[in-house]
Amino acid sequence: MNRRAFASATLAFGLVLGPVLAGCSGKSANPNAIELTNVSYDPTRELYQAINPAFAAYWKQKTGKDVTFRMSHGGSGKQSRAIIDGLEADVATLALAYDIDAIAQKGKLLPADWQKALPDNSAPYTSTIVFLVRQGNPKGIKDWADLVKPGVQVITPNPKTSGGARWNFLAAWAYGKKAGGSDAAAEAYVRKLFANVPVLDSGARGATTTFVERGIGDVLISWENEAFLAEKELGKGKFQIVAPSISILAEPPVAVVSANAKKHGTTEVADAYLRYLYTPEAQTAIAHNFYRPRDPKVAEQFKSQFPDIPMVTVDKEFGGWGKAQKTFFDDGGVFDRIYTKK
Amino acid sequence: MKLRATTEGRLTQFALIAIALAFLGFFLLLPLVAVFSEALKQGAGAFIAAIETPDAWAAIKLTLMIAAISVPLNVVFGIAASWAITKFSFPGKSLLITLIDLPFSVSPVVSGLIFVLLFGANGLFGAWLQAHDLKIIFAVPGIVLATVFITFPFVARELIPLMMEQGKDDEEAALSLGANGWQTFWHVTLPNIRWGLLYGVLLCNARAMGEFGAVSVVSGHIRGETNTMPLHVEILYNEYDFVGAFAVASLLACLALVTLVAKSVLEWRFDLHSGASH
Repeated sequence: MNRRAFASATLAFGLVLGPVLAGCSGKSANPNAIELTNVSYDPTRELYQAINPAFAAYWKQKTGKDVTFRMSHGGSGKQSRAIIDGLEADVATLALAYDIDAIAQKGKLLPADWQKALPDNSAPYTSTIVFLVRQGNPKGIKDWADLVKPGVQVITPNPKTSGGARWNFLAAWAYGKKAGGSDAAAEAYVRKLFANVPVLDSGARGATTTFVERGIGDVLISWENEAFLAEKELGKGKFQIVAPSISILAEPPVAVVSANAKKHGTTEVADAYLRYLYTPEAQTAIAHNFYRPRDPKVAEQFKSQFPDIPMVTVDKEFGGWGKAQKTFFDDGGVFDRIYTKK
Repeated sequence: MKLRATTEGRLTQFALIAIALAFLGFFLLLPLVAVFSEALKQGAGAFIAAIETPDAWAAIKLTLMIAAISVPLNVVFGIAASWAITKFSFPGKSLLITLIDLPFSVSPVVSGLIFVLLFGANGLFGAWLQAHDLKIIFAVPGIVLATVFITFPFVARELIPLMMEQGKDDEEAALSLGANGWQTFWHVTLPNIRWGLLYGVLLCNARAMGEFGAVSVVSGHIRGETNTMPLHVEILYNEYDFVGAFAVASLLACLALVTLVAKSVLEWRFDLHSGASH
């Protein structure tokens, strides 16, 4: 009796798992389709959901070949690390140039001068850093100075893992330096700012969720596109954008990871995909997703959508990403100093 | 007189029961209800639509496949290890027992990173794997490895005390009556341990399907390819697709409930069986 029960239990288990195994082994692959792996940062999910099918149609019309996409999203620094560790991205579309520099330096997967491969520093769109506050702006937040007031809770992700957070940090620094006139004043400002941060999420999307869904914090320092998404689509009438007096020009870059593309035989299509991002169609999709387009005509068309904010650039204000990364975010840098000595 | 195990007053009994039930309700029942109600918030249609997307299907298939590979592997390992530990004596035995517990005591994130350090592009075997065009990390094999690592104590931990208690008298009797090793295993040992084994398999299966941390480190999060169900839940949640996230989460919860029911049935049968044999 018991042996029979055991046998039937085993059999039942096998019956459940057998077809599953069989079903999984037969992976439906179109032999004519090219697969392109795009490893990207957090907030671009909706953007590439719009662009990928458009490019697939364009490529099919141009070459007659099908192209399918494998998307991976996460914090920019984390994604860069994964590509170095062997995640075989054909293209990397990350939040800041340093994360692609790291792939070139530590992974040796693309040339060191990758940023010259495409127009506009290989950044097909720009964005900036703005504030998102709750409807009616109950804490009266108008500029950076209001963020360090006592009792104001500021949400920003962790600059160690998040690209967006590094832009946030540098924008805050630029304000502190302009207001106080020195690096010491800037450091004092940023230290006070981070004393008001109750939680550091690992990515920009996590920080938005903390602010929007979990209702924590009075102000979210955020990518402009992420702030628009929250204001216009997630919680209509629940949030509003505040444009600060000074911010930073964010240039999220894209690059073909040439070693991987060569291995997969996707160099041509990967290059065409990234160049497609500069076409008026893609630029319009970019603007629809609240990124600032590069194309002057498209930019003109969407001019009223974006607030006019004076912006510093990483190259002029901080001497480029390599230097900024070393000074502020590497181990023992300024961020470690201010955040541990809280 | 009524049989009483302890001598607490009625009030203490009542308080203890109330505390246990309140905890259960608050930490188990409430979240479970929340998951299902959130999933069905916009009706059954939205629920089904969320599960029918290709990415969700791929995640469900991948999760079941990972379980289907790692559970049998751990059955073989678990039986071999517990057999070796309980029937033989050899140097390093206590070390082996300690090592079996390692995945329980190490954080899953560390378990994942171990495999990145071993098989990542800059890892110990990275160059060799790349030269032979073998993908482990950020592909299905890496997820299987991490899951096997995380779940390998379950079967062994279940069998070792059982086999320890049973001793080796039955096997010695079988051998002395002329049975060979395999016959002894099939006709003597396996019937003795079957319920414990099945119980271990269920626990192992539940963890294999639900593991998040270690799998997240080695997955690469490629949609429709290396996202398991727990990872897919996180992705949907981050895309503000709450119905989708909770729909997949409730499927996971259903798998857990099935496992739980199967476990209870087994426990009941196991009690019946051991009660009858003593």
